[in-house]
Amino acid sequence: MTAPLPETSATGTATVVADAEIPVPGTTIEGRSPWRIAWTRLKRDKLALAGGIVVLLLVLVAIFAPLIVDLFGHPPNEYHEDQIDPLFGTPKGSWGGINGDFLFGVEPVNGRDVFSRVVYGARVSLLVAFLSAVVAVLIGTVLGIIAGYFGGWVDTVVSRVMDALLAFPQLLFIIALISVVPNELWGLTGSGVRMAVLIAVIGFFGWPYVGRIVRGQTLSLREREYVEAARSLGAGRTYILFRELLPNLVAPITVYATLMIPTNVLTEAALSFLGAGVKPPTSSWGQMLSKAVNTYEGDPMFMVIPGLAIFVTVLAFNLFGDGVRDALDPKGSR
Amino acid sequence: MPEDNEAVPVGAPEKTIPLGEEAPSATPEVRPLLRVEGLVKHFPITKGLLRRQVGAVHAVDDISFDVRPGETLGVVGESGCGKSTMGRLVTRLLEPTGGTIEFEGRDISHLGVGGMRPMRRDIQMIFQDPYSSLNPRHTVGTIVGAPFRLQGITPDGGVKKEVQRLLGLVGLNPEHYNRYPHEFSGGQRQRIGIARALALKPKLVIADEPVSALDVSIQAQVVNLLDDLQDELGLTYVIIAHDLSVIRHVSDRIAVMYLGKIVELTDRRSLYGAPMHPYTKALLSAVPVPDPRRRAQRERILLKGDVPSPISPPSGCRFHTRCWKATEVCRTDEPVLTALRTGHQVACHHPEPVESPGEAAA
Ligand SMILES: Nc1ncnc2c1ncn2[C@@H]1O[C@H](COP(=O)(O)OP(=O)(O)O)[C@@H](O)[C@H]1O
Ligand code: SF4
Ligand SMILES: [Mg+2]
Repeated sequence: MTAPLPETSATGTATVVADAEIPVPGTTIEGRSPWRIAWTRLKRDKLALAGGIVVLLLVLVAIFAPLIVDLFGHPPNEYHEDQIDPLFGTPKGSWGGINGDFLFGVEPVNGRDVFSRVVYGARVSLLVAFLSAVVAVLIGTVLGIIAGYFGGWVDTVVSRVMDALLAFPQLLFIIALISVVPNELWGLTGSGVRMAVLIAVIGFFGWPYVGRIVRGQTLSLREREYVEAARSLGAGRTYILFRELLPNLVAPITVYATLMIPTNVLTEAALSFLGAGVKPPTSSWGQMLSKAVNTYEGDPMFMVIPGLAIFVTVLAFNLFGDGVRDALDPKGSR
Repeated sequence: MPEDNEAVPVGAPEKTIPLGEEAPSATPEVRPLLRVEGLVKHFPITKGLLRRQVGAVHAVDDISFDVRPGETLGVVGESGCGKSTMGRLVTRLLEPTGGTIEFEGRDISHLGVGGMRPMRRDIQMIFQDPYSSLNPRHTVGTIVGAPFRLQGITPDGGVKKEVQRLLGLVGLNPEHYNRYPHEFSGGQRQRIGIARALALKPKLVIADEPVSALDVSIQAQVVNLLDDLQDELGLTYVIIAHDLSVIRHVSDRIAVMYLGKIVELTDRRSLYGAPMHPYTKALLSAVPVPDPRRRAQRERILLKGDVPSPISPPSGCRFHTRCWKATEVCRTDEPVLTALRTGHQVACHHPEPVESPGEAAA
């Protein structure tokens, strides 16, 4: 570089086009992180907020189930035959026996408190749905990143496995598996075993969905120049995977996980309905529905209440998940 | 507010050659900072599950050049001719298929990640796309501070202070340390990339089309910044560009690339004043001329056809499919890059005659 600079930099010209788009001083210097921006957007989305509040309430209900039942209900496995019409086996009174003492009425024949059983059912439902989503996200993220980043034969193998799992009749497989699972496993017994198996299996069949998304994102992210910039500064694989790529994957993973939970709620309910869920006397919504099938003519309320619980939970998670997706990814590129 | 304007160099600073250091072209025997010899990069093309190799992209095919300490080597050529690949080979983001890369006399052609790590302090890169070169999830402080973290260096006064100094150096407000890339314009983002590249006080900086993604009105500012920083920090540059206009005023020597080959390499004066390779002439005819009288004199050479595929480059001279001077020998024999005059290297069977010295002005 030995020559004076070109015409463009002659006095005045450059100032006219001065590249000064930094906001006016006086405004805060703190940067607006992509998460803060997403939060601002989410707060404006009323439907998503409503969904979020319901989700939060459901989680609180699940966590504090014993306390809530103590305050507003009866122990979930306590029989209240005095609430049952001895002739038909249906709850006394209208609306399935709903009254000030039994907020959601009682179960036909044995008179157990439906409110307590729905509250405890939320525990099973949310725990299984949430933990199986965690399992799916963990496996899917690790394998998806590995496939996307390393490519080659690793990618080929992981992709084929994902294709195979997605084509697998998972519901049938789980039912068959549950029937051969022993009563004690991994130091758990009874319903604990069933829940652990449900979590493991639903999670296992869920990871390819996460894996596909993470793989695709990683494939495009690894071509970004900031990855090369990190390498040109001496970064190794670990740094690139965890410090450069992962922060950019958290958003799509969060979105997918939130939208996966309602699907898992439904899967758990379906399995419980088919008798492959938790074991009685532990209550779950699907199991209550399957019991209600026998008595719905005499006591439709016993079917409506667990059905509503599932419906509200799935709807709330979906509304919230959609809101999170829109907030994190306003362009709608998925 | 003044601190919110980027420092714009108003009025070009008069460039002086430091005492004791002569113009680079005058002392070719000075030990080069970078020496590239017979550099080759072929990207294999694979097919099927077994990934059988069915061909290769000849992205860089046997190129040799030196970069002397303190100079700026411009590298030009149409898109796809292998400029970025060359830059990524020199910064060892890519593994060369053949040839050697020597930095300060040390062969770095096949150093691994660990072996390259200490060298990375001395060789840095500025990237083409200011939108893709900054991680959107990191703050400017994290981005510009990454070199210190990755190299395990604690600068005097701490990382934060040094990052703020660097931001000031490239004409950004040091207080914007906590901001995210999306809060800056393209030109400002490119300045962040420059700050990151300069953080470790490198000796050699490869700038891959540093302004081609920017608005024309911003380009000159960023080029001027690079120019100022070179004087201030004693940097050596390899600046890549896809046409001859951007690098005209900042390059000491210029290498013209076509389909993975260097076709002409000489100092700026003779390249602009007396280009010898037909391809260089064609490129030069596309550069806008400010002086209308000279514009009228010069005919615009429009090249026929497209750039051939680097998967199966033409035989003989790779330019023969588009060259108006091509003869039989061009189709069969590959012209070797040879010095026809002191410093002027050209690879052509029928180079342009040396023009009268009066014409040879930059
Ligand atoms: N990673 C890669 N794999 C395969 N081909 C590549 C790769 N990188 C570049 N190429 C090919 O090499 C040639 C030169 O590319 P590049 O160096 O980017 O050119 P330029 O920077 O001059 O536009 C192009 O044909 C391009 O498609
Ligand atoms: S060698 Fe022949 S084809 Fe190639 S540039 Fe020279 S004249 Fe043209
Ligand atoms: Mg390029």
